[in-house]
Amino acid sequence: MNFVVNKSDLKVVGSRPVRPDGVDKVTGRAQFGADMALPGMLIGRIKRSPHPHARIVSIDTSKALALPGVKAVVTAADFPDIASEEAFVGEGPMNFRDLSRNCMARDKVLYEGHAVAAVAAISDAAAEAALDAIAVEYEVLPHVIDAEAAMAADAPLLHADLFTAGMEPKPTAPSNVAKRVHFGLGDIAAGFAAAEVVVEGRYTTQAVHQAYIEPHACIASANADGQSVIYGSSQGHFMVRAYVAKLLGMDMSNIRVVPLEIGGGFGGKTVVYLEPLALQLSRKTGRPVKMVMTREEVFRATGPTSGGTVEVKIGAKKDGTITAAQARLVFQAGAYGGSPVGAAAMCAFACYDVANVDVEGFDVVSNRPKVAAYRAPGAPIAAFAVEGAMDDLARKLDMDPIALREKNGAKAGTKAAYGPTFPDIGFLQVLAAAKAHPHYSAPLGPNQGRGVAVGFWFNIGGESSASVFVNEDGTVNVVSGSPDIGGSRASMAMMAAEVLGVPVESVRPIVADTAAIGFTGVTGGSRVTYATGMATVQAAEKVVEQLKQRAALIWDISPDAVDWKDGEAVPAGANAGGFDPLPLAAIALKAAKTGGPITAEVSINAQGAGPGFGAHICDVEVDPETGYTTILRYTAVQDVGRAIHPSYVEGQIQGGAVQGIGWALNEEYVYDGKGMLQNPGFLDYRVPVASDLPMIEPVLVEVPNKRHPFGVRGVGEVPIVPPMGAVGNAIRAAIGQRMHDLPMSPPRIRAALSK
Amino acid sequence: MPRVLLPGQASRLFTGGQAEIEVAATSFRALLRELETRYPGLGRQVEDGMAVAIDGEIHQDAYATPLREGSEIVLIPKIGGG
Repeated sequence: MNFVVNKSDLKVVGSRPVRPDGVDKVTGRAQFGADMALPGMLIGRIKRSPHPHARIVSIDTSKALALPGVKAVVTAADFPDIASEEAFVGEGPMNFRDLSRNCMARDKVLYEGHAVAAVAAISDAAAEAALDAIAVEYEVLPHVIDAEAAMAADAPLLHADLFTAGMEPKPTAPSNVAKRVHFGLGDIAAGFAAAEVVVEGRYTTQAVHQAYIEPHACIASANADGQSVIYGSSQGHFMVRAYVAKLLGMDMSNIRVVPLEIGGGFGGKTVVYLEPLALQLSRKTGRPVKMVMTREEVFRATGPTSGGTVEVKIGAKKDGTITAAQARLVFQAGAYGGSPVGAAAMCAFACYDVANVDVEGFDVVSNRPKVAAYRAPGAPIAAFAVEGAMDDLARKLDMDPIALREKNGAKAGTKAAYGPTFPDIGFLQVLAAAKAHPHYSAPLGPNQGRGVAVGFWFNIGGESSASVFVNEDGTVNVVSGSPDIGGSRASMAMMAAEVLGVPVESVRPIVADTAAIGFTGVTGGSRVTYATGMATVQAAEKVVEQLKQRAALIWDISPDAVDWKDGEAVPAGANAGGFDPLPLAAIALKAAKTGGPITAEVSINAQGAGPGFGAHICDVEVDPETGYTTILRYTAVQDVGRAIHPSYVEGQIQGGAVQGIGWALNEEYVYDGKGMLQNPGFLDYRVPVASDLPMIEPVLVEVPNKRHPFGVRGVGEVPIVPPMGAVGNAIRAAIGQRMHDLPMSPPRIRAALSK
Repeated sequence: MPRVLLPGQASRLFTGGQAEIEVAATSFRALLRELETRYPGLGRQVEDGMAVAIDGEIHQDAYATPLREGSEIVLIPKIGGG
């Protein structure tokens, strides 16, 4: 069911062609990171810390190096000791010193699983034996896992040089609080003074992993002349090149990164873990080195998203008008600063038109793996709390929950809680579609409840490059620098086909390596179909201009007298002459005679990405004996701007909703008292599978973003923002109690019901 | 003149707590220069680690972006994603 606003007459955009990567993926031919092999390659493995916090006293690699088949061992001593330097290369601010030390511990280990050495050997068995033979002497230090405990004055200190940023006056003593963010609008005290009803609550969420099905994997091959190639799956091969160059002190031009198919990322593959180690081992041995993480390593040593604590307070008039909104957020950053608390703070109240807002957030380090981005980083955590409070407010006011959100909903001209004034946005249209959906008025049975929650994500643009090549036979290749995680190849081909006026089946898209296309930022931030799509459209438009010029040359008339229509050059009017239309293939055939190959490459830094909003409706049934929650029905409504390939957009929405449901009901990192992760595998870290869930029904609302030629808004992140709130509100309706802590697992619900 | 809004406390540390300032700049690049001149460190902070919302649209790293008379420029952290 589509709730379409402003539909235009498009031939390819909005259709559902077969995906260009589909056959290879369903037949198992697609090459992912772990599928690659090179002649003479070695196997790389990593020795990891058994302690959550310890000083490295010494590392003795001599016995390992003496083993047969072991070709090299590297430790921090083999990498440049990089100075603290902030940069924005991947999906957020990155400190290169922290990144280097996260890839290979120097002086201290900061979490269980932190890399302390890496080996390259001729086989798995030889590499495994080498790991066992490396002797590391540790001085074990007290550890801290919980972020709020890490904020205490007497908490074990992770970094002696970490002074809280964003404080005035600047702190004179180090702490585990990496950063404080604080922003606001209006007068928060006056806002609460004007309130007739106030709700508040303290909510907690747990660290959860992106749980991409493909573990991190790469092969690095260094040549004797200093040139290197890295094959791997990531969310940005230019990001891999930039980080590896920085961490190893190499020129970017000497590193070529070839993107392979990627089995999910969701933000977690916007940083490097293996690539610098594999390349350094290859440089030492002169042979290609392949590294593939185990699932256990993925859990212990790569970034989940933060667990967080959110205290929220909302004041309103009796008619539902919100007068004040306040939140305090504490987020786990893991071993190094850099949680998404800033984005969470900005998103917390972004769906609402509130004059008085005050949000404070803290980015706190503790002895956990450094967090990484995860779809709409931080926003779902804030939304779980805010949407729970909104549900409480609707109950107090005896208002319909969607009506309360409509009354306060952001629209064009609303001053967003994080500062800017919104341009054209589709939040109210999303709410209207949710309210009108049959799901919202369907009857419920005993022990069942319905919850509604909404969510926001900024969406971004950024740097992208794309090329369009017309082949001699009139077929077309589209080349971009964006790894295809969510169907971007199909979208690029479709947008190019729409501009060129040709069937999408004649346009083949590929993702090029770092030496074959201009710089392109990571696939993240819901930016690719918007920004890389814009570059593709512009490249296709340039090709159309060339085609018109070539046709003019063939007809011996002015290029101004040629139009491009439905894949053919046609005379612009009666005065241009009576020529038969020239199809693209006919012009391509004469390319050599009219000026040579017909190609165009465009590189842009796209601005003005349109914000996205979603509203989810969730029905649950809670078993009062076991506390088990069954998701009965789930509808996800979202403003997608314009769906280029609706099936992919629907898939993004369904996937985001499912991940959010897992976050709500099951997923969590469980640590024992010694700081050891207890559930580093999918048996004990329970993600929802198809048999756990009903069909997630996506509803596409199309409020086009005027900055994109086809109206695209990013769609990949919004759908993970509302689910925790929607599930939480449904459980509240089913059991009559608010569950403030995630996951809302059977033991927790049973405990709540037994009170 | 364009108005620059600073909803975040971190940016206001440079302006002595001022949450709104007027600038004579006609482009994002000129804005950075003026901010740096009037509030040393702020222009650099915006250039290195922040984005701006110009009349509601988020811009990151866009020197040439024009500012019009009456433009609303909001300094916000750079946005990433997942």
